Amino acid sequence: MRALIKAALAITWKDLYAEWKTKQVFSTMLIFSGLVIVTFSFAFDPTNNTVRAVIPGMIWVITIFAGILGLNRSFISEQYNDSLHGLIVSPIDPSSIYLGKFLSNFIIVLFVQMITIPLLFILFDYKMNGNLLLFLIVLFLGSVGFICVGTFLAALSANSRSSEMLLPIILFPVISPIVIAAVQSTRIILIQVEEIESLFSWISLMAGYDLLFFVFCFFLFEFILEV
Amino acid sequence: MKEKEIGLLLPKQSTMHRFLVWILIILMSVALYLVFIWSPIEKVMGNVQKIFYFHVGSAWVAFLAFGVVFVYSILFLMKRKRSYDMIAGTSAEIGVLFTAIVLTTGPIWGRSAWNTWWTWEPRLTTTLILFFLYLAYIFIRRMDGAWEKKARLAAVFGIISFIDVPIVFMAIRWWNSKLHPIVFGDSPNQSGGGIEGEMLVTLLFCLGVITLLYIVLLQKGIYIEKTKLAVENYKKHIQEKLMK
Repeated sequence: MRALIKAALAITWKDLYAEWKTKQVFSTMLIFSGLVIVTFSFAFDPTNNTVRAVIPGMIWVITIFAGILGLNRSFISEQYNDSLHGLIVSPIDPSSIYLGKFLSNFIIVLFVQMITIPLLFILFDYKMNGNLLLFLIVLFLGSVGFICVGTFLAALSANSRSSEMLLPIILFPVISPIVIAAVQSTRIILIQVEEIESLFSWISLMAGYDLLFFVFCFFLFEFILEV
Repeated sequence: MKEKEIGLLLPKQSTMHRFLVWILIILMSVALYLVFIWSPIEKVMGNVQKIFYFHVGSAWVAFLAFGVVFVYSILFLMKRKRSYDMIAGTSAEIGVLFTAIVLTTGPIWGRSAWNTWWTWEPRLTTTLILFFLYLAYIFIRRMDGAWEKKARLAAVFGIISFIDVPIVFMAIRWWNSKLHPIVFGDSPNQSGGGIEGEMLVTLLFCLGVITLLYIVLLQKGIYIEKTKLAVENYKKHIQEKLMK
């Protein structure tokens, strides 16, 4: 167990260090998120008061669209110089590759969220009046579920030559429950505070989803990486 | 015997399959008679209600087909037999076909019953997601590469996507009970009143016949896959011969 976590952390560190050196994925995700916000500002007039209603959906649209850009890169970049085979034949548990990739993707998405969500609030002149702690919990649970399935399916689609096209098609249907739950609970926290008692069932659904899919992906991952 | 040596041994359709096809033709005619002539016309909906028998039957077969995909995906990962992969792939294709039937007959029913083609009612949403999930499954099977790799990845996705189905159902039920009241019963027997005896007989009969249709289609699909494999082997054989 300790060896597994140690190998996973080494892979996370390697990915984050490579990202720190190039800043390629992170900057692409940020610029893309900014462009999505600009497009939204054309689609929904920011001075209008009804725009508050679409903010919860926008948070998750930005997270998921920008996340897919990063997920696509996370296994494709290993294919240069055949590093993916290097990872497979190295004396570590295949699940630790999954764990390491999951952590590095999650941290990058978290950083992107930390910049884009305040930016969204400022540009749309939205004053946060919900419970900040609950909001952070929902963000965390939603992102964990999305990245957990996303990393798994990115590894799956990396086997194909047309992986950029394949990943969104196989990812969106599978994450639909977590997207529904995340948007609903964000809406309850930010807008419909009077329905706060139904928030708990959504949060428990997200926690259950995260746990279930994490366990399944963790154990099924070795079937994906076989040569 | 020469054909066996070179690998071109086309699979034979079993007599059981032919027998089932004839049984199916007879039973399907009986089902059509029951649906359109024997069973009474519903008071409120009129003739449109008859779509209900095929709609429910197709929905049941779609779930059955996806269940078969799930079971054979697990079996494939354990045993690595090509026939298991064939069964799972064929079953998914049939499941997508029947989900498409459900998604087309549903709006026709909805147009006259609810006066709208489509509502984002929970059951409709989940069925649509199911349709997309197994379309994605077929996309994975159409990837480039060796069959072992594709079969392995498709099996993994078949397992992952099947655990999604109950979650989608549960999520939508919570959503529904908390935010929206249930406006529509899915079938006449849910919104009170109860179902007419003759209608129930017809419905059960249709369920049986469509399940038989699924079995026949599955057999046919596996037969086609096996034939494809034999032809592929034969092509390889000829190529090797020409190279010599």
